[in-house]
Amino acid sequence: MTDLLALRDLSVHFDTDDGVVQAVDGAALRIGPGEVVGLVGESGSGKSVTALAILRLLRPPARVVGGRIEFAGRDLLGLSEEEMRSVRGSQISMVFQSPRTSLNPVLPVGRQIERLLALHGAAAPGQARERAVAMLREVGIAEPERRAGQYAHQLSGGMCQRVMIAMALATNPRLLIADEPTTGLDVSIAAQILELLRDLGRRTGAAILLITHDLGVVARLCDRVVVMHAGQTVEWARVRGLFHAPAHPYTRALLRSIPRVDGAGAMEPIPGGVPSLLAPPPGCRFAPRCSLVQAECAAPVSVRTIGEDHAVACVAVEGAEWSGRGR
Amino acid sequence: MLGYIGRRILLVVPTLFGVTLVTFVLTYVLPGNPALVKAGPLATPQHIAEMERRMGLDQPMAVQYWRYLRGLFRGDLGESHITGRPVLEDLVQRVPATLELTLAALLVALAAGIPLGVVAAVRRDGWLDHVSRLLGVGGVAMPTFWTGLLALYVFFYALGVAPPPLGRLATDITPPPRVTGLLTVDALAAADWRALGSALHQLVLPALVLGFSVMAPLTRMVRATMLEVLESDYIKAAWAAGLPRRTVVYGDALRNCMIPVITLIGVVFGFLMAGNVVVESVFAWPGIGNYAVAAMMSKDSGPIQSFVLFVGVVYVFVNLAVDLVYGLVDPRIRLR
Amino acid sequence: MSLAALGVIVAVTLGAAAAPLIMPYDPDAPDADHALEAPGPRHWLGTDLYGRDQLTRIVHAGRVDLLVALAATAMALSVGAVLGAVSGYRGGWIDQLLMRVIDTIQAFPSFILAMGIAAALGNSVTNIVIAIAITHVPIYARLIRGEMLRIREMEYAEAARTVGNRQRRIIFYHLLPNCFPPVIVQATLAMGFAILTVAALSYIGLGIRPPTSEWGAMTAEGAGYIVSGEWWIFLFPGVAIMATVLSFNLVGDALRDVLDPRMKGV
Repeated sequence: MTDLLALRDLSVHFDTDDGVVQAVDGAALRIGPGEVVGLVGESGSGKSVTALAILRLLRPPARVVGGRIEFAGRDLLGLSEEEMRSVRGSQISMVFQSPRTSLNPVLPVGRQIERLLALHGAAAPGQARERAVAMLREVGIAEPERRAGQYAHQLSGGMCQRVMIAMALATNPRLLIADEPTTGLDVSIAAQILELLRDLGRRTGAAILLITHDLGVVARLCDRVVVMHAGQTVEWARVRGLFHAPAHPYTRALLRSIPRVDGAGAMEPIPGGVPSLLAPPPGCRFAPRCSLVQAECAAPVSVRTIGEDHAVACVAVEGAEWSGRGR
Repeated sequence: MLGYIGRRILLVVPTLFGVTLVTFVLTYVLPGNPALVKAGPLATPQHIAEMERRMGLDQPMAVQYWRYLRGLFRGDLGESHITGRPVLEDLVQRVPATLELTLAALLVALAAGIPLGVVAAVRRDGWLDHVSRLLGVGGVAMPTFWTGLLALYVFFYALGVAPPPLGRLATDITPPPRVTGLLTVDALAAADWRALGSALHQLVLPALVLGFSVMAPLTRMVRATMLEVLESDYIKAAWAAGLPRRTVVYGDALRNCMIPVITLIGVVFGFLMAGNVVVESVFAWPGIGNYAVAAMMSKDSGPIQSFVLFVGVVYVFVNLAVDLVYGLVDPRIRLR
Repeated sequence: MSLAALGVIVAVTLGAAAAPLIMPYDPDAPDADHALEAPGPRHWLGTDLYGRDQLTRIVHAGRVDLLVALAATAMALSVGAVLGAVSGYRGGWIDQLLMRVIDTIQAFPSFILAMGIAAALGNSVTNIVIAIAITHVPIYARLIRGEMLRIREMEYAEAARTVGNRQRRIIFYHLLPNCFPPVIVQATLAMGFAILTVAALSYIGLGIRPPTSEWGAMTAEGAGYIVSGEWWIFLFPGVAIMATVLSFNLVGDALRDVLDPRMKGV
């Protein structure tokens, strides 16, 4: 199966007054057609920056300093702005957190969908309105004709996110990037939104890159997972594989730090703090906090395959038993 | 929406009371005896006392205020010593001149200031941005009367392109029949091209000077608003959706920027009214500002306070209109 | 840039203060032989109708303008701070009443109101100061009130209360000093406005009257000479105003960047 999207060795730097922040360092990930892939990490791990980099939405002081972003056979980093614009919103769409502020406050939501349809030629001029209403219905908004004429401030947070999803999927993109789509939403509404994403993904055949810090969401929704730490991608696995046999010390620590519903076992916070990205450690950035650290960790870490569809960027993995918590 | 309109209109009433109270205090309560002024320089003490009784100056404050208010409703704003006419009449006769100048200046300020602020924000740190910031910082520091004099010196004395500051029309042209009082409009209505040309010729320099004086703060505020809008989430989402630059910046962002700019127009109007006084003085423009200044020169205090009252009331209503328009235009207020 | 501005202010202030000592000419002494001279080696900024040296007069006038602006700002600050503090701390009907008063002052364009007050009170320096001060009170009142509302909620106000301090002590000794960074910024910027106001009032005749020299009044004197080409009489007083106001603005902006970055964009 050829990949739909493949990031290879992507690096992003930010030029700040205090120096160059190396926000993303050699990130790599693959998404196959129709797959749901979760990109997991703490706040500040570079997940959102990676997502913005894929759509080339990064503005100075951020800049992509290396790597390739291969989408449907082309390197997106090599495209002109014109060409990139035709990719955004039609072949790759993005859904952001804070849905209400992501909608234009002075345009009716229906119009916002309509003009996207018109722009990307996804609907004939006379049919844009109908199609927009149909999309609203598909994302589960009751009374879609009435809602289409309303403004963002008249809709609830959950409804706004549904509208955003409708906008993102209206043009039948092949990849949908969802950046923390349920932040700020009620727990039950969040669950509905995630269900919606998965269903629509299945129905339209779109692949989804779901960016989140919540492992529970990943467990429920994703086919595969990529773990990110301090700007580096450290582990790639199928969801089951990750939870059953986490390989990277960071992943293990992450899983150990999650409180269990049954209260069994103590919560173990990860020692130390996220390293400064202004002067990050060479090689593996988890090394300073890692109990398995070795001399080779100071050099760029090679990726090892340790199972079926399970890879990890760690030299210390072989031989380390997984005796911790987590299923 | 109706609630918003209702509340806003209701707010006008106490504000107007406040305005009349202030001018009442300025007219009667402060040192200086209005009876003395009214009775004239040859009055005897008995005359003055009689005048005081007649003007109700021996009454308690509240009663005097009530009389003042009643007078206002009757349209009694006192009399002018220079013209010998009721102040209200004088004001009404002179308002069109001020209105014409103010509108022209407003046009200049909006037409130049808004695009400049927008482009300065869009092309941040570009040469236009630097120009706009320079103008903003410099323009705010320049006294309007000085700008006016400078303009006169350069364009009238040195270059000879501007007419002598003698009023609204060249002295050898008869004004067109009065329809609105605005000479440009009236000349247009009467198809009197000579008068139109002259009126415009006389209007250009004062309008530019006054417009420039308010352009500086306006540009700064528009630029700040546009910068904020360009950083907002929905603009970022618009970029992500592949909308072309033209639509995102000059469609979505601009539209969202213009809404708060509406409220800025109220503030700008306040600056215009203040600047009017000085510009009319520099260019001998026969408006209400000049009237007030001339009255003051000859110790005629009645017209000044009536002028202050007039401007205050107009300002209140202008702000009301601005708020109402804002409520209509912003869907967040118009709908629930 | 702002260092240069600060330098200008210091120079102007010192120059103004030391005017009688450093200026070669007597600002009021007429000298008919040298009337209406263009700028030259003897009189750097030229002379007026009476032969008075313009440079000397401008520096002397600076004392008046700066003094008036300073006095007005200080007065407005004190009154406004007290009003704002009381209003913000007490709340209730006092707050409502004081805010209505503030609203009423702001219902007029400030220059117009200053005109009215100056016309009612008369032309003395004191009265001009009062007139400008009144129109500036709302700035400080609102600022202090806002800060007071914010700080009132913070913990150390609670702590002070429980120790048993009287209400007034809490206000003035514990909370007020924290309000001052934004106030300093506003006061600096307001100095510029105060100078522009006194100059404009004097220009139209409602402000400082001759023989006291003042920048606005001097500009007015020069107005009539435009048509005859003696440009230096109106030009230089205006430049003095502009340079001084610009300097205050630049310093104020710099202070804002340093003291209170969250005020940016205000």
